[in-house]
Amino acid sequence: MSSMDFWILLTGSLAAVSCAILGCFLILRRMALMGDAISHSVLPGIVVAYMISGSRDSIYMLIAAAIMGLLCVLFIQWFNNRGIQSDASIGVVFTSLFAIGVVLVSMNARQVDLDLDCVLYGEIAYTAWNTLQIGGVDLGPRSVWLLGGTLLLVLAVIGLFYKQFKLCAFDPMLAAALGIPAALFHYLLMGLVSVATVSSFESVGAILVVGLLVIPPSTAYLLTDRLGVMIGLSAASGVAATLLGYLIAIWLDASIAGCIVAAAALLFAAAFLLSPKHGLLAAKLRHSRLSRSAA
Amino acid sequence: MTEAKHFRLDGLINAAADGLKSSMKNGVRPSVLEVNGLSTAYRSQTVLRDVSFAAPEGELIAIVGPNGAGKSTLIKTVLGLTPSLEGSVTAFGRPISQVRTRIGYVPQRESVDWDFPTHALDVVMMGRYGRLGWFRRPGRKEKAIAMECLAGVGMEAFAERQISQLSGGQQQRVFLARALAQDADLYFMDEPFAGVDAATEKAIVELLRRLRSEGKTVIVVHHDLATVPDYFDSVLLLNVSVQAFGPTAEVFTEANLQRTYGGRMAFAAAAAGAARGAEL
Amino acid sequence: MISLWDSIAALASDPNLRWITLGCMLLGLSSGMIGCFAYLRRQSLMGDTIAHTALPGICVAFLLTGVKSLPVFMLGAVAAGILGTLAIRVITARSRIKADAAMGIVLSSFFGIGIVLLTMIQHSGDGSQSGLDKFLFGQAAAMVASDVSLMGGVSLVLAVVCALLFKEFKLLAFDPAFAKGAGFSVSLLDFLMQALVVTAVVAGIQAVGVVLVAALLITPAVSARFWTERLGRMVVLSGIFGMASGLLGAWISSQAHQLPTGPVSVLAAAAVFLVSVLFGSKRGLLTVRLTRRRARLNLQQASASSVKEAG
Repeated sequence: MSSMDFWILLTGSLAAVSCAILGCFLILRRMALMGDAISHSVLPGIVVAYMISGSRDSIYMLIAAAIMGLLCVLFIQWFNNRGIQSDASIGVVFTSLFAIGVVLVSMNARQVDLDLDCVLYGEIAYTAWNTLQIGGVDLGPRSVWLLGGTLLLVLAVIGLFYKQFKLCAFDPMLAAALGIPAALFHYLLMGLVSVATVSSFESVGAILVVGLLVIPPSTAYLLTDRLGVMIGLSAASGVAATLLGYLIAIWLDASIAGCIVAAAALLFAAAFLLSPKHGLLAAKLRHSRLSRSAA
Repeated sequence: MTEAKHFRLDGLINAAADGLKSSMKNGVRPSVLEVNGLSTAYRSQTVLRDVSFAAPEGELIAIVGPNGAGKSTLIKTVLGLTPSLEGSVTAFGRPISQVRTRIGYVPQRESVDWDFPTHALDVVMMGRYGRLGWFRRPGRKEKAIAMECLAGVGMEAFAERQISQLSGGQQQRVFLARALAQDADLYFMDEPFAGVDAATEKAIVELLRRLRSEGKTVIVVHHDLATVPDYFDSVLLLNVSVQAFGPTAEVFTEANLQRTYGGRMAFAAAAAGAARGAEL
Repeated sequence: MISLWDSIAALASDPNLRWITLGCMLLGLSSGMIGCFAYLRRQSLMGDTIAHTALPGICVAFLLTGVKSLPVFMLGAVAAGILGTLAIRVITARSRIKADAAMGIVLSSFFGIGIVLLTMIQHSGDGSQSGLDKFLFGQAAAMVASDVSLMGGVSLVLAVVCALLFKEFKLLAFDPAFAKGAGFSVSLLDFLMQALVVTAVVAGIQAVGVVLVAALLITPAVSARFWTERLGRMVVLSGIFGMASGLLGAWISSQAHQLPTGPVSVLAAAAVFLVSVLFGSKRGLLTVRLTRRRARLNLQQASASSVKEAG
């Protein structure tokens, strides 16, 4: 394994673990597509930051994207509070913001050399070359630092407030009755999803972020009945998908991000069919045993 | 700023005065919950109009009324979970937000996702979260308390069971155990008897009586009129506004029920039967 | 002012522009109508999901036929879209995964596989593949006359089918159990509805792009909900909103050459949405404020009069 392979796998795995942990709370709160919405809404922020700073990997871009992500969440919540179903308000908000972004890009087509494909698909293959240098010392790929920092933040916040996040996901009514500020934890979770999305998509692409936020947690959801175990399994299946996907990408000479999502989907399909508790096969077996004992 | 302070102070003084008044009215028992002129609306529809009552300490109180009378809304508004248009609520003489650890709440069973990856004991432990505060995690002590509460509803054998694999009645008992774990002085229960088996109903009744014997107050949204005289000390007849409130023996009468249920003949007939049963 | 008249005159006289405008309006009409049912069935994001499933469909269609033509792409995309909706249904029916997660799974895995296929096609060095992914980003201005008439024709058929089956779809959206009891084949109706959504999305992709095509379904429908409490009116209104967005999109982008039609149409729909949220006659912010005020006043009057009665 070359050092380039190593950095790609490390980047992918760090993004996978952050997304896989946060995704568990998203799917339990039935907001699986929030990641989709946030990752598309950041486009206008990126364009504006790019127009101001003129470079693709500036800190401004990250900040602007994070602000747009949070704005997107606020808009969705605001419309939701005014009686629009949550999935509809997600759909309205992110398409509008993305449209603004596309219009901004096309209005400034000459100045903005932003490859939309790159934003959507990401270019994890180039990770190793974009290194962080401080005082002339090469500290390794920038995205590894960024995603590593994101993962630490996610672990710290979720670890500290695990019981609040859990109760708000399971029974928000009781949480409110107990005096736990449910709205605060909602925005905290969404803020973390924004940060994870923004720091991931530059290196792995929006579509991979959406996949990693939904597919590994769903796989884990089919394998266990404990939230703690679910989070662990979700992270593990995210890393496994990264490794497997990278191998497939080399074999097929195809997009790494696409292959990682496809590998995550394969793992999900396996859990869907074979999970000992909630799998299709297990259900079939239970069913036939029941009908046999009835006969 | 000063205005706001003034307002709060006024509210406190009023609440204290009202508390004094109603405790004098009720004789010996001071009231633990004071609801004053509470009103709510959904769009242009008034859901609750000018609801006032004072719940006496150590009693089992039923909230009874037809569908759409605002029973669940009353509980949620009192707890501050849904906004009110007007009115004030105090418990133990203070605003609800300051006494949340002394209040237990059992929501309707349908309000949560029973596919959530957790087991019965863990759900009961959630009742302790309010007392644990911001950063502390539930530990061995919380586990022991939760186990005790599960035993209190006859569910200790199901502690490790995934919650979707429990029957409706068992799920309800887990919810009650969770309320027990809250170790509150005032409980609100939203339709705990809805769709439960006979064994669970018996367990719930025993639990309610045990809570009363410990001096706690329980307010229950209830739909089965026939059992009201049997189970409850006081009854609040609600249909958007309070139709009657007081000791069951005095208030649970045919006339009051007719008034509460209006033209709904089937209900009224059943209610009348129940009321006669109570009188006998 | 002169430029305004000029542009309107240009819109009317330039045949190409006229076709594109008409196509966008028909697309907006049919998507708006169908979107109402998707919204009421709580499947607002189905359009987004289906749009993403189109990519592997297009790639497979290209790999099988080797030609780059809109009808072939549309067939591939429709097939993939139907496969995607079936996958969602199987996942939600046969496991404890909820609808939103199932949509996320299908959306990202189909699109991921699509990207894999796309990069494989590109790396195979076949020169004719360039522009395969341009189909996904939506370039109405680049559509040729035959593309536009295909899009418009398909949209028209969709709108007619939706109008004919209005009663059945209403029942399906409101109370599928009752529909079953009333003797309708719910699974057939459901399949028809899904097929309409898939076709509407696929028809719109080339004009608006994968990410934005969902807006054509959702935004007019949500906007219409603020103005009426009746499904019939909602469908008509939503269709009109969709049509207006299409018209505005085509017109504004014909004025400024860099502006793409699709995103501008989506922004026009978003503007309609904002107006509806604020001023909608049934559920708009202003109306809600006023009714709340009235409710409070009524309460005060009622309590005042009851005090009088008591006194």
